[in-house]
Amino acid sequence: MRKHLILWVPFAGLAILVAMFKISLNSPRTKEIPTGLIGQAVPEFTLAPAIAERPGLSAASLRGGRPHIVNVFASWCLPCQVEAPQLEALSRRGMNVVGIAIRDRPEDLARFFANFGNPFSAIGADVDRSVQMNMGSAGVPETFVVDGRGVIRLQHIGAITEADMPKLVAAYEAAR
Amino acid sequence: MTRPHVTKRLATAFFLLAATPAFADSLLPPAPYANVQLRDPALERRAKALMETLRCLVCQGESIADSPSELAGDMRSMVRQRILAGEDPEAIRAWLIARYGQWVSYQPVLDGMTWPLFAAPLVLLLGGLWLARGRFRRRRKS
Repeated sequence: MRKHLILWVPFAGLAILVAMFKISLNSPRTKEIPTGLIGQAVPEFTLAPAIAERPGLSAASLRGGRPHIVNVFASWCLPCQVEAPQLEALSRRGMNVVGIAIRDRPEDLARFFANFGNPFSAIGADVDRSVQMNMGSAGVPETFVVDGRGVIRLQHIGAITEADMPKLVAAYEAAR
Repeated sequence: MTRPHVTKRLATAFFLLAATPAFADSLLPPAPYANVQLRDPALERRAKALMETLRCLVCQGESIADSPSELAGDMRSMVRQRILAGEDPEAIRAWLIARYGQWVSYQPVLDGMTWPLFAAPLVLLLGGLWLARGRFRRRRKS
């Protein structure tokens, strides 16, 4: 009798496998890819100014002793329009908001800022996504809180909503 | 009678043409080595082999060698430029894993999470032999 039970083991194994397939196939396809650099220094980079009115951005400029909100964005990205008021509010609170413009053109950025405001004190032009990849960012928009020593403290993936504000403010205050 | 049908078809065709991809792309041209092979065939071979085992971050399920997405193009260009600069493919993989996690690589490494993947074939083979042995023994007895 015990021998017969053992013969069911492969079928049980198959059933478990099928169940796992079913769970995996039904789980949502969109998956956030967090950066592995939380708690580490922002990798070295230097970016030219994305628009004439603001300076560019470098890793060195993020180590000046004050924390920064580093927003990875693009004029061609719809959720970036959604989060514009929240970035504006962070900037009005006296926070240091800087931008990394992904694959963008000055004329498109000018139009974007005319429509949605420009909360950035500095904007670097990342034309080939090399700095974005170096920071472990996989899309736009993403927002990093970087402390005064240039260490990444928090990464927010996707548009900043009203509900995300306390989290970002707390991380910024803690990074002082 | 046929008119609504035609309108419907035209509307469908229009919306199919007007449909944009789920992820927006920029207006800038592709990165220099996104769709351009390296001059040296040996280097291109190394780059291609690596690109086939790196996951496109926005398509999730395609390698960067296969994906038409813009981010995959930027990643291919990055890989080719670094191979051209003489960097070791595994160093580039490690660089990406440090930033995006094991998930970015299609080549799993042996660790606390993945060991069943490596142990399973051995366990299944031994289990199968053990089951088969039971059957052979029974046959001999009868």
